[in-house]
Amino acid sequence: MTMFNDAIGVLFEGFGLNCIIFSCTLLLALPLGLVITFGSMSKFAPLKWLSRTFVWIIRGTPLMLQIFVVLYAPGLLLDFPLKSRLTAVLVAFVINYAAYFSEIYRGGIESISKGQYEAGQVLGMTKAQIFFKVVLFQVVKRIMPAMSNEVITLVKDTSLARIVGVAEIIMCAERFTKQGLIWPLFSTGIYFLVFNGILTLLFGYIENKLNYYRG
Amino acid sequence: MNILEVKNLHKSFDSNEVLKGVSFNMRQGEVLSVLGSSGSGKTTLLRCITSLEKANKGKIFVDGEIVFDADETKPKKPFDERKKQLNFGLVFQSFNLFPQYNVLENVELAPKLLAKERQDFKKNKQEILNEITINAKAILDRIGLTDKLYNYPCELSGGQQQRVSIARALALNPKVLFFDEPTSALDPELTGEILRVIRSLASKKITMVIVTHEIDFARNVSDRVIFMSDGVIIEEGKPQDVIDNPENERTRLFLKRLSDK
Repeated sequence: MTMFNDAIGVLFEGFGLNCIIFSCTLLLALPLGLVITFGSMSKFAPLKWLSRTFVWIIRGTPLMLQIFVVLYAPGLLLDFPLKSRLTAVLVAFVINYAAYFSEIYRGGIESISKGQYEAGQVLGMTKAQIFFKVVLFQVVKRIMPAMSNEVITLVKDTSLARIVGVAEIIMCAERFTKQGLIWPLFSTGIYFLVFNGILTLLFGYIENKLNYYRG
Repeated sequence: MNILEVKNLHKSFDSNEVLKGVSFNMRQGEVLSVLGSSGSGKTTLLRCITSLEKANKGKIFVDGEIVFDADETKPKKPFDERKKQLNFGLVFQSFNLFPQYNVLENVELAPKLLAKERQDFKKNKQEILNEITINAKAILDRIGLTDKLYNYPCELSGGQQQRVSIARALALNPKVLFFDEPTSALDPELTGEILRVIRSLASKKITMVIVTHEIDFARNVSDRVIFMSDGVIIEEGKPQDVIDNPENERTRLFLKRLSDK
């Protein structure tokens, strides 16, 4: 019984790290993604080219590789080794997810009809006012299903942190297999399921709230 | 003095010259209808005057003051650009209401954003905002939408949506109000309510330019009619003259085709 309690305690601790990676990534990647979107939609060609290349590289290579690069590259190339492995993981996650979010945002922004911008313009609104008061909310509504998909993927991706030795839940659980205990490893699935279940409900609630209008 | 003077407006999209030198004047309170077949440049003319497109050549004056000069190379400050924009209101063919806002919010949004730039906004915030709401409600009342203030655009008929967009334009008190085929996106039985609203605005001496295919309506409501073809004005005058006794062959053909429909 103490073994059981020990295992549960360790798993919870491990999942705490998954939650930290999840929330930090979300908190930073959501706004950073918007910055990248503005870059990749810019009329200034070099900036647009740079942003789109960046997105191509980030989306085109494995997140696992990116974590390694962030952890080791500063030490090898700049003689500035990263002390904290968790920081490396966070940086890689934020960059990776910002790139994905930026493409979702771009799709949403480009789906808004030109007429909305023109209506704002003839009503004397500034570009910023048109974006924040007219367009943004409609974009949020349209991208919600794609965002919920991406956010749920993020929850599961947090387990990738183990490859650089960040003791997230699956890494913690795997240690028990060496003691002949296999159930902790399998039970980690429940943590993810419950967490994603809550997220699914939350996104369903938000989508429902945004459904007060069509268009 | 003329409230609006358009001088020699040219506009090309790539090699396609859509406006080939359009000039006209308007007096305060005048209602001008712009007729012509599709592709004749009517909508482009409206879009150039309201700065949605930049004309390649020409000048535009409001109250004798120049608001657009294609030869002016120095880019205007965004603030001046917007001030200029506020001379004109535009009602779109496809309404372009903001779907996430209710009727009242659609009408109030722009005036409220604009009021923030007033120097006394901080001091009299509540008063100013109340005033805007009262004004918006009054306009919507005049246009017969008092019972729809808190409905969303998706809950309204096309005719009601177009009336909201007229109210939205009126709330900023434009010097000239432009209509770009305001009834073209509507079912035939809904066009009447829009035409009635425009007629009531005409009786209040609001200066209007209406691009329309409703010949009978144009004859009824306008003080003057312009007929456009291939990017130029080919006939201009009183509605009785242009519509009932056109001099130009192309005007005659166009009117005949419309009446054959």
